Amino acid sequence: MSDSKAIFLKDAAVNAADGDQRAFIRKALGGYYVNRDLQKARYRDWERARDAASLAKWSAVNDLAAVLEQFVANFERNGGVVHWARDAAEARDIILKIAADNQAKAIVKSKCMTSEEIHLNDALEKAGYGVVESDLGEFIQQLRGEAPYHFVFPCMHVKREAISELFTKHLGTAPTDSPEELTMIARRHLRQLYVDADIGITGANFLVAETGQISITENEGNARLTAALPRIHVALSGIEKVVRHLDDLSVLLPMLATAGAGQPMTCYNTLYSGPRKEGECDGPEQFHLVLLDNSRTRLLADPEQRDALHCIRCGACLNVCPIFKNIGGLAYGTTYQGPIGSVITPHLRGLKQWNHLSGASSLCGACTDACPVRIDLHHHLLHNRRNAAKEAPTLFDRVFHHGFNFVIKRPWLFAAGGRIFRATLPLLQKLPLPYMGAWMKTRDLPEAPARSFRDQWKNPDA
Amino acid sequence: MRVSLFVPCFVDQLTPQVGLATAKVLKRLGHEVEFRPAQTCCGQPSFNSGQWDVAREAAVRALGVFRGAEVVVGPSGSCVAMMRQFYPELLKGTPHAAEADDLAARTFEFSEFLVKKLGVTDVGAKFAKKVTYHDGCHALRELRLKEEPRRLLRAVKGLELIETEEGETCCGFGGLFSAKFPMISTAMAQVKGGALARTGADYVVSSDPSCLLQIGGWLSREGKPILPLHIAEVLAADA
Repeated sequence: MSDSKAIFLKDAAVNAADGDQRAFIRKALGGYYVNRDLQKARYRDWERARDAASLAKWSAVNDLAAVLEQFVANFERNGGVVHWARDAAEARDIILKIAADNQAKAIVKSKCMTSEEIHLNDALEKAGYGVVESDLGEFIQQLRGEAPYHFVFPCMHVKREAISELFTKHLGTAPTDSPEELTMIARRHLRQLYVDADIGITGANFLVAETGQISITENEGNARLTAALPRIHVALSGIEKVVRHLDDLSVLLPMLATAGAGQPMTCYNTLYSGPRKEGECDGPEQFHLVLLDNSRTRLLADPEQRDALHCIRCGACLNVCPIFKNIGGLAYGTTYQGPIGSVITPHLRGLKQWNHLSGASSLCGACTDACPVRIDLHHHLLHNRRNAAKEAPTLFDRVFHHGFNFVIKRPWLFAAGGRIFRATLPLLQKLPLPYMGAWMKTRDLPEAPARSFRDQWKNPDA
Repeated sequence: MRVSLFVPCFVDQLTPQVGLATAKVLKRLGHEVEFRPAQTCCGQPSFNSGQWDVAREAAVRALGVFRGAEVVVGPSGSCVAMMRQFYPELLKGTPHAAEADDLAARTFEFSEFLVKKLGVTDVGAKFAKKVTYHDGCHALRELRLKEEPRRLLRAVKGLELIETEEGETCCGFGGLFSAKFPMISTAMAQVKGGALARTGADYVVSSDPSCLLQIGGWLSREGKPILPLHIAEVLAADA
């Protein structure tokens, strides 16, 4: 068993048994479902909008090299500097070099899951830079020393009282249970940091090829300050974030907001068009963009699962996933939690180490129905399971399934085996058998009938 | 019409009354019903476990079993979804692809067959109980069946249908998932079973016997008063 699987099984079991925490998450998502449905109802046709959003992403992803080249040419024309990073280490080195070249000291960062993916904060802190998260949820998680719980709602699992305690401990503020006051505490603390920072690091929601602009979506305004106040802006983005046209955002931005957060539009949607130009009074002096592959091209090379690169990281699939809701986001041990995380992590970080996430699903398909860009999520979990069985078959699975197949190929053996199974069921239930023992721990089986269907069909009156 | 029954392997062995009830309703509607005893398991456990080479053998076997059948009807959204959605995917690019597509087109889930193929909603059943309905995920999201079973239930004399919270939430069965990840599966059963118990219904009805195994198993262990019942058993009831 891989280490990541052992940790997952342990954490998932603990969290699934924590009824209070599960109820808290369920309640936190309760308002989302109501708002999402209200907003979806405002679309003339949500399903057609999904088609359009999916097509916009499909069109860019399936011609990725050309669309990226177009984007880069336009981005550079706007005065930005592009850096290509093959993997996490290269991306970290690029950003560290930008910081060193500019004698930076303080760094402020807005929400960017790609930076979590490359463990950027660790690298920056090790190199001696102070780095502060400016998104409220990420700020809270940074103080807690914990990874984001949900890639859109990073601290959705943290109760208000715990946030108050956290602020008291780290910022020395008086305890309060008012969400507004807690927000103001963080706001007061962060304001000066924007002014002091030399570098602002952001993510990117979309890269617009035809204009060379970066689109960033946020609710707090912190990304705008992060991008605008420090003298250097560094954006970090996966290569799959590119879209062809500015007009694509007219469907993608509202759908991102509605599917992910139940909003008509996210509060701030900003297009960044390069560094401060001659005659402009504000904006960064330098604008860097780090374009990260980190195994995305491996996913691109797989025609069956390429659509996973459509993902706009809205989080809708997490919000509806019964697995996510019952085990929580931290148990995954991945940057991207929930169904999309279970689909892509084996591609990004290795099938052998991460296939267990594809197994940990009842394949209910709620995620696929929720996805605004129509990623075939739950079927990709099946594809991962198949690929893993081919790549690294486990002896137990091979014996179990070949044994089962040996029986079901022979109806007489199936019938005879069934008869023995039914006759010994009361005894079997007491034995610590693999699979069955685990089942019986929390659930009963129906009483075994004396005669099977096939027996009764053959001899109705016997 | 001559209907060939597709009886899921665990229905055959554990809940034969579901198969018998399915046949009873179809016969009552004047159809000829056959059961081909060469059938066993559709191969879904292996398919879902990634063992597609093993599942492919089961699929090819099933093609042979049901060769020449006019229509194949199964009282399980899950097993029917295996035949209809996943056999074609499994056998794509093999010499069996055309036959898999052909079988898929002739295979129906029981409530779907009644409502969509036969155009029947009132099957002449009487069942004076309060029931709530559980949508199995395969019926709901692979076969896109939601109204069909409800229309059938609403036409049953004396039956009161009440909807449940968490109506479209998975019960947590998921085949071997329920045994490989028992803690997650049980948490899901708690959410589903708890909501079902709160409806105050006498029975939770579903078109999926595998969900009923999970839901019923949890309800029984927790001593909840609501009982699992397959929709075919409700539709077969006439007293």
